[in-house]
Amino acid sequence: MSGIPLNYFVFLSAILFTIGVVGVLTRRNAIIVFMCIELMLNSVNLSLVAFSAFHGNTRGQILVFFVMAVAAAEAAVGLAIIIALFRNKQTVNIDEINIMKW
Amino acid sequence: MLEQIIHSVNLLKPETTLAITFCVLLVVDLIVKKRGSETAWLALIGLAITGFFLMQEPAAGTNSIFFNMFAVDAFSIFFKFIILASTVMIVLFSLQSNELKTKRRALGEYYALLISLTLGMFLMTGASNLLMMYLSLELTSISSYILAGYTKDADDSSEASLKYVIYGAVSSGLMLYGISILYGLTGAIDIYGINKTLMMGDVNMVAVVIAGILIVAGFGYKISAAPFHFWTPDVYEGAPITITALLSVASKAAGFAMMIRFFKVSFLDPTVGNLSFGSWALFRGFEWNQILAMISVLTMTLGNLVAIWQDNLKRLLAYSSIAHAGYMLLGVVVLSNEGVAAVLIYFVVYFFMNLGAFYTVMLVANKTGSEDIKEYKGLGYRSPLVSVALTVFLLSLTGVPPTAGFVGKLYIFAALINAKWFWLAIAGALNSVVSLYYYVRVLRNMFLRPADPSAQPISFSVPQIVILLILVIPTILLGLYFGPLVEYAQASISMFGVH
Repeated sequence: MSGIPLNYFVFLSAILFTIGVVGVLTRRNAIIVFMCIELMLNSVNLSLVAFSAFHGNTRGQILVFFVMAVAAAEAAVGLAIIIALFRNKQTVNIDEINIMKW
Repeated sequence: MLEQIIHSVNLLKPETTLAITFCVLLVVDLIVKKRGSETAWLALIGLAITGFFLMQEPAAGTNSIFFNMFAVDAFSIFFKFIILASTVMIVLFSLQSNELKTKRRALGEYYALLISLTLGMFLMTGASNLLMMYLSLELTSISSYILAGYTKDADDSSEASLKYVIYGAVSSGLMLYGISILYGLTGAIDIYGINKTLMMGDVNMVAVVIAGILIVAGFGYKISAAPFHFWTPDVYEGAPITITALLSVASKAAGFAMMIRFFKVSFLDPTVGNLSFGSWALFRGFEWNQILAMISVLTMTLGNLVAIWQDNLKRLLAYSSIAHAGYMLLGVVVLSNEGVAAVLIYFVVYFFMNLGAFYTVMLVANKTGSEDIKEYKGLGYRSPLVSVALTVFLLSLTGVPPTAGFVGKLYIFAALINAKWFWLAIAGALNSVVSLYYYVRVLRNMFLRPADPSAQPISFSVPQIVILLILVIPTILLGLYFGPLVEYAQASISMFGVH
C-alpha cells in the first residue's frame, strides 16, 4: 500500500457494501438483485485484501480466492433457478413471485 | 508436516467416504439408463460406510486436524451422528415420495446432492477456521438451493428456491463482511488465533460487536432465528417435503454446532476461573448472551404466533420449527456446559418428533395430494395408525409429559433456572402453551370432525408402517427412559481447545 492509508480502503468497502445491501432491498428485478449481491461480496474482497496487506500475512488473500470461486458457483445456481422460474411464470420481477405469503 | 497430514487424513474418513459416494452416484447416474431406485440404495451403502467410520472416531479422542482447520471431537461427532441419521431417514422417505416421481426425473442427481449436502453439514460441525466455516456453509447452502427447487416444474418449488438463494446469498454476504472485520482486527482466521489476539486486549470493542452481530446473521439464517427467518416458511412450503424435513432437522443441527463452537472458542475468556461449575466467562464482560436471549424470545414468539393462522400443515410445521430454534437458542444463552448438553438432548428428541411429523404429512399427501389441514378431517377414522402417530409427534412437539419432547424442554428449562434466567424460562413456558393451541387444531380435525361421506379408509404398505414405528417408538420411549441419552449428551460436550 504505497501511501494510501488503510482507512480509505475500509470506507470504500463499507460504502460499496451499503450500496449492495440497499440494492438488494429496493430493486425488484431478480437479476439486478443478484448483481447487488455480487457487489456486497466484492466489497468484502476489497476489505479482505486491504487488511491482508495491512497485517502483512496472506490469510485474507486466500479467503478472497475462495470467496470469488464460491460466488461464481452461487451465481451459476442462482441464474439457473431464475431460468427455471421464468419458464413457469414468464417474469423475473420479485413482486410478482408471490404465491406464498405469511 | 507429513505426519500431521497423514494423521488428519485418517481422521477425515467419514467425510472422504461421502465425497467418494457423491462422485460414484454421479457416474452411476450417467451410465445406468434405467431410472430405478439403484442410486438410492447406492447412497444408503455410502452412508452406511460413513457411519462405520464415524463409529471408530470417538476412540481417537479430541483432535484438531489440517493445522486447526477442522476439529474432530466428541461434540462434532455427536452432531455428525444426528446429521447422518437424518440423511438415512430422508433417503428412505424419498424412496416412497410420490411428489418426486410425478415426472420421470433423474433422481440420481437428487441423491448425489443429498450426499453433498450431508458432506457440507459434516464439515460445518467441526469447522474451526473462518474460511472452513464459510466454505462448508456455502456447500450446504448451494446443495440445498438446488434441492429445494428440485421439482422445478412446480410453481411453488421454483419460487421457494429463488427466495432461498436470495436470502442465503445476502446472509452469507453479511457474514463474510463480519469475517473480514474480525480478520482486520485480529489478523487471524482460525478461531483459536482470534481468541488469543482478542485476549491480548487492545482491540476496538465496538468493531468486535459489529463483526459478531454480522456473523450471527449467517448462523441465524442457517438455524432460521427471528430476524433472518423470512425464507423458512416459503422454502419449507415449496420444497419437496423430504427436503423440508432434512432442512428442518439436519441443517439446523449443523448451524447450531457451528454457532456454539464459534462463540465458545473465540469469545471465551480462559483466564477467568470459576469454570468448575461448567459455565463460561466471556472476554471483557460483553454480554453476547443478552443479544442471543432477545433473538431467541423473538424467534419463538413469532414462530408460535404466526403458526396459529396457518392452514397448510407443512407451513405450520415450518413456523413450529422456527419456534423450536428459539427454544434451542435458550440452551446457548445460558453459556454453560449444562446448556449445551440440553441443546444436544433437544436435538436427538427433535430428530425423532420432527422427522416423524413430516413423514406422516408426506404419507397423507401421497394419498390425498394435499397438505391442507382441512384434508385431515376425519383422518382418525380413515387411518387410525397414522393419526395416532401424528398425535404422538404433535404432542411431543408441544412438550406434553409422557413424550420425548417434554424431556428436551425439561433440560433446557432446568439449565435456564440454574443460571437464574427466570424471565426467559417463563417466556419459554408461555410459548409452549401457545403452541398447544395450533397443534391441537390438527388433532381436533383428525378426531372430532367427521370425514367426507365419500372418503375411503386409507391403507399404507408394510415398509411405510415400519419406518413410522421406527420414529414413533423412540418418541414415546425417550420420554419414559432417558438416562442413557442424557449421559451420552453430557459426555459429548467436550470440544478441542476449550475445557
